[in-house]
Amino acid sequence: MKFSRVIATAVLLAALTGCSSVEPWVKPYERQNFADPVMTGYRDPVAVAYLNHVFEAREGARGALGGHGGGCGCN
Amino acid sequence: MRLKVLMLVASVAAFAPAAHAAVLPDDRADVLYHRYDGGGVTIDGPSLLVRKKFAEKYSVTANYYVDMVSSASIDVVTTASPYTEERTQVSLGADVLNGRTQYTVAFSNSDETDYTANTAAFDVSQDLFGDLTTLSFGYSRGWDEVRKRDDAEFSEPVDRSTWRIGLSQILTPKLMVGMNWELVSDEGFLNNPYRSVRYLDPGSVLGYAYQPEVYPNTRVSNALAVSARYFLPYRAALAGNYRWFTDTWGIDASTVTLGYTHPWGERWIFELTYRWYTQGAADFYSDLFPNANAQNFLARDKELSTFTSNMVGLGATYELPFAMPFIKRSSVSFFFDRFQFDYDDFRDVRAGGTPGTEPLYGFGANVFRLFVSGWF
Repeated sequence: MKFSRVIATAVLLAALTGCSSVEPWVKPYERQNFADPVMTGYRDPVAVAYLNHVFEAREGARGALGGHGGGCGCN
Repeated sequence: MRLKVLMLVASVAAFAPAAHAAVLPDDRADVLYHRYDGGGVTIDGPSLLVRKKFAEKYSVTANYYVDMVSSASIDVVTTASPYTEERTQVSLGADVLNGRTQYTVAFSNSDETDYTANTAAFDVSQDLFGDLTTLSFGYSRGWDEVRKRDDAEFSEPVDRSTWRIGLSQILTPKLMVGMNWELVSDEGFLNNPYRSVRYLDPGSVLGYAYQPEVYPNTRVSNALAVSARYFLPYRAALAGNYRWFTDTWGIDASTVTLGYTHPWGERWIFELTYRWYTQGAADFYSDLFPNANAQNFLARDKELSTFTSNMVGLGATYELPFAMPFIKRSSVSFFFDRFQFDYDDFRDVRAGGTPGTEPLYGFGANVFRLFVSGWF
């Protein structure tokens, strides 16, 4: 599972880097755009989850849709 | 189970940690009606979601979801009889916020006549670098039981494990990017006990016959998605997402999603979405095998074939201009999505003719979501 190891290493590096201090280059007062509803991709969880359900039902691919996954996947 | 019950994302996904961990989700309730209509299949029902915070540190979530299925799909009309059934799913979740770290646990149960699925999930989300970065990881475990309607003795297990990692990053005051990776591992009875594969049979009137499909009892898949969302100069947003997928069954897939969100006045938000999906077939898939028991694994599930789908979606949300008792604000939303599926190696046997020369199958589907949301 070489691919998994690459991902695990990247996450470990990111976590270790978190121990050092990084100056935020986008200041808190510059972030008002991210509070705007148009910038929230997951604004209505119940509706997004349903559409993901449709995708998983009709397609062979699965995962990385932002949810918790799991379930049956029969058919 | 005759319905592709699919993943439990319909409800557990609703419990996914927010893009930024240091804030718990708002108190809200949603009542949704969903309807899927296409390829001879109609599925509709309600979904109810409630979220409630306590002391700005704890949050609980509950979801009740129903699929009412009426199916006369091409699989069903060619090898079985049309049917109706109902699937009910109940999910519960809880979040704990500790500084810049959010912990989420969730459990979901899905039940129908011939399939039961249980999933438990645990996720951690951490804000880093002055809250510009959110790193998350999680694990789910699923325990399913596959049954068969006309065989009371039939009961087979499926065990499922899912690992996932997510990264969300604010790059500029207008640009946010993200990455999600998910590995899913299944073990058990992974095929549909009702579905058959087709093979050439010169002795048959049609020139072909059917036998039950046979799948491997393990599957491991990897999916990696990258995404970006950009705030335009005139208060609107552009979004893009690419997902790459591969699995041990030989399926490779790509998904591209583009979205545009545009507000109008203080109360309206409109959304336009285009999604393109393509996949290659599983190694053991064939529309028509050369003979019976042609190989050790056999599949003729069109979801394992080579195909492309296109989806165009339109949505509108209207924030209601009045307050109600115990509700600070509320909105009504309607989304319509049009799908077109075109298969490259799955044939429509209803047309008849020489086996293997029937026209390729394709169908369109309409998906509706109508919901009311209230924040309290």
